[in-house]
Amino acid sequence: MILALELAVPAGPEFIAVVRLVVSSLASARRNLADQRVDDLKLAVSEACTNAIEAQLASGNGEPVVIRVLEAEERIEVQVLDHGGGFDVDTLPGHPPVTDPDRLNFERGLGIPLIRTLVDYLEFDGRPGGTLVRMVVFGGPADDHSDETSEILRTVLIEDSSPADKP
Amino acid sequence: MELGLDVDDARPPYTVVRVQGEVDVYTAPRLRETLLELVNEGKRQIVIDLGGVEFLDSTGLGVLVGGLKRVRSHEGDLRLVCTQSRILKVFEITGLTTVFSIFDSVDAATAA
Repeated sequence: MILALELAVPAGPEFIAVVRLVVSSLASARRNLADQRVDDLKLAVSEACTNAIEAQLASGNGEPVVIRVLEAEERIEVQVLDHGGGFDVDTLPGHPPVTDPDRLNFERGLGIPLIRTLVDYLEFDGRPGGTLVRMVVFGGPADDHSDETSEILRTVLIEDSSPADKP
Repeated sequence: MELGLDVDDARPPYTVVRVQGEVDVYTAPRLRETLLELVNEGKRQIVIDLGGVEFLDSTGLGVLVGGLKRVRSHEGDLRLVCTQSRILKVFEITGLTTVFSIFDSVDAATAA
């Protein structure tokens, strides 16, 4: 894995748009990804940054939130590191089903389920000193997703592992 | 980054809110305030036109869910207009396509 980019942004919600723009532009320019997959990564990164910034604001820690983009031949990985209180993803409460009228009482908590669906690999490392989120997108979606365009790209990437800087 | 919000009462009983730009944790509070104001003014039939939205995250979804809850508590409704696949996908992933009535035009959303 090669570090392609490291951003340190103040823990303020106004900086998330910048992170989104930078990461999605980089992914679009340097990776052989369908536009839809770039959009998926963009949303996932935005959600992770929202959580990171909120965690850090809640903890009162003034350090920047760090975003790293790493590349390997077949994947792009985005890491979001905060210095908030850390959290255990396994203890998050679930939502009632959408058919349940109580579902409308849940305006928050959609971010992590979204990230899980959007990226091919997700890992949370929550510690008392903060949380590291690792999100990976391959050339195509994970096997349990059915997206024709990305499936084709995935096949192409597997068959042709030449550098991703071709048009 | 500015969030464009244009409130249009030209189609009674519907109030159409045209949203433009990116809806995230930074900009969503403005949308929430606008919806709250409309409900406080007695508006009960709200149509939110997401046609000009380039990005919508879970905070934006939360604001829309909150708005729907508020108008429903007053026997009203909140309808969405959205045709962009990248925005519709966010509703589909979260299962919210079954919670909201989503139309492909303001005309369709405001048809009796």
